Amino acid sequence: MKLEEITRPSERSEKPSVPKPLELVIEPSGVLRLDLRELWHYRELFYFFAWRDIKVRYKQTALGVVWAMFAPFVTVVVFTVFFNRVAHIKSPNAIPYAIFSYTGLLFWNFFSAAVGSTSTSMMTNKAVVSKVYFPRLIAPFSATIVNMVDFGFAFVVYAALFLFYGITPGLAGVLLLLPMLALTFIAATGLGLFFGALNVRYRDVGFIVPFMISTLLFLTPVIYPVSLVPESYQWILYLNPVAGVIQTMRAGALHQGAIPWSMLGISVTSLVCMFTFGLLYFVRQERSFADYL
Amino acid sequence: MTPIIEINGLSKAYVISHQRDAAYDSLRDDIANILRRPFQPHITQGAARETVWALDDVSFDVQQGEIFGVIGANGAGKSTLLKILSRITFPTKGRAVLHGSVGSLLEVGTGFHPELTGRENIFLNGAILGIRKQEIAKKFDEIVAFSEVDRFLDTPVKFYSSGMYVRLAFAVAAHLEPDILIVDEVLSVGDTAFQKKSLGKMQQETQEGGRTVLFVSHNMGAVSSLCDRGILLSEGRIAYEGDIGAVVNHYLTAVGSADYTGDLTDHPNRARGFDPLLTSFDIETDNGVILYGQPVTLRIGYHFPEAITVPQFSVKFLNAQGVVAFTVVSDYQPNNIPPRLQGNGSVACRIHSLPLLPGNYTVNLRLWQPGAKLDDIENVARVTVEWMDRKPDQIHWDSTMGIVYVDAAWSMLSAT
Repeated sequence: MKLEEITRPSERSEKPSVPKPLELVIEPSGVLRLDLRELWHYRELFYFFAWRDIKVRYKQTALGVVWAMFAPFVTVVVFTVFFNRVAHIKSPNAIPYAIFSYTGLLFWNFFSAAVGSTSTSMMTNKAVVSKVYFPRLIAPFSATIVNMVDFGFAFVVYAALFLFYGITPGLAGVLLLLPMLALTFIAATGLGLFFGALNVRYRDVGFIVPFMISTLLFLTPVIYPVSLVPESYQWILYLNPVAGVIQTMRAGALHQGAIPWSMLGISVTSLVCMFTFGLLYFVRQERSFADYL
Repeated sequence: MTPIIEINGLSKAYVISHQRDAAYDSLRDDIANILRRPFQPHITQGAARETVWALDDVSFDVQQGEIFGVIGANGAGKSTLLKILSRITFPTKGRAVLHGSVGSLLEVGTGFHPELTGRENIFLNGAILGIRKQEIAKKFDEIVAFSEVDRFLDTPVKFYSSGMYVRLAFAVAAHLEPDILIVDEVLSVGDTAFQKKSLGKMQQETQEGGRTVLFVSHNMGAVSSLCDRGILLSEGRIAYEGDIGAVVNHYLTAVGSADYTGDLTDHPNRARGFDPLLTSFDIETDNGVILYGQPVTLRIGYHFPEAITVPQFSVKFLNAQGVVAFTVVSDYQPNNIPPRLQGNGSVACRIHSLPLLPGNYTVNLRLWQPGAKLDDIENVARVTVEWMDRKPDQIHWDSTMGIVYVDAAWSMLSAT
């Protein structure tokens, strides 16, 4: 979409309004176009979508908030009982297994939820996408905001675990928390954009994504430490961006070794590739979304 | 002056899949293609797919301040055209230039979230249409007043009636002050009073605000009294363009307004157990169009292997709600049909002036003999009645005011 500002004819200048695109040229799509200025113009829609999702999610406020904390807590109890006590997976450096696995779970849950909500965002907003124009990218990105709110509540449990076990989080961990969240976000939206665009055309993708996510959990060091994998193969594990994030947080916050910068580099490279590919694919496909919905 | 909307050779192709179970494409089937060309639109192959041109080389201009009508039968390409101009979908070929901001109202409650209240939805709707929050806040009271839903403003819209939905949606769209307002058939959902108000608002907006409206409707009354010019679309092409009166006439003539199969011998709607004594049904009008107040001739063919005494041909017109509008019966009305009929033949019924209000009607056809039903076919024809010509006040009539329109004149009798 080409939006060109041209001078507004003088007889209409009495209308006090935000500058609007005054010439719209509608043509068959040719090249990839990512109009950042237009995205900025629609930023309020981003807030509204996010606010709408949050409002609907936490409608029954008490249960919504409690659930956001209760669910990861129960998961980590189950992990601890089965993987630590029964299967004898150990947390390095004598850090309690519960907080060790929760570090992984915190980021993993955000990642998987964000992939889920971005990849279905076109379908959940179907009624709007097929009837109104707006920059389609708004929908998948705003869909992750509610996952971030969930992350916030789950983080409360994380903080409580530190208090409970009397562990002082490492400074690096505190400083790296938000950057790591950002990396997880980029990785998740990259995947989500790709599958979201694919899902519009191919409804079977809707079944593939949950399966892929639940499989990927076992390829991510959530319930086991990276050290369980032979050192020469660890780089393969780090191709999964969440692995880099989790290991960095474990090193930074839980004092489990040095921050694996070079391995984090592999993860970052991988997630940049994923994001770029996902974004380009989405932008390439977005003009045809309404035809398939 | 440059037109505010310039449309040049606009075309849109859809690929229709003829596979048995292909409601949607499956990734499994297409994965090979995707892997080969991830950034290319899917290339179709095989005979299972067919390209359909929903819009085929459409060009026209609209001037600022016009209310431009787009009419045509279902599937003529009206919706596709509006979707392209609203940037929901994109053309396959051609180009459209819009000099101004565009607001479109394509369906009831678009972008309304059922869980959110009316108030919240006004802001959400505005944001979807690209309008700033403070802009909406400024117009908020006006929107609420226009929509008449103020009492339910803090009720989730899932409890709204469809009429309330439309009112709110139209109020938001109409108050956004786009340079170009695109309005699809939505208004037909609201009640009459609100329809009138909306049409009035559109007229006012174009006259005072210099706005341009692209209006799509099946209500020929509304189209002809509201629009200045228009186009008639037929199978994706412009069949006629020009003054709205002429466009409407072309539509009425071209589309034809009765839908029926003449031959009744094996009619699926014949009641069980009846022999096909009635063999054909045909509506003949003076110019092929069924218009209010004009003469209409019904023709019924029969095949009576055995002689029938006092045959009674009966034709019943029902409106869309199934209410009987009127019935004509041969034996009870002036006729010259002999009291004993045998063999093949046909009879005609001349209705001198059709009293039906414009709308859709169905026709039931029966053959009686005093005390016995001999043949019975329901829904033998569907008939669309239209106004004859452009009388602005006639748009105020709708189905809530009756089934028939009665010619009447009013005058002063006394005054003090």
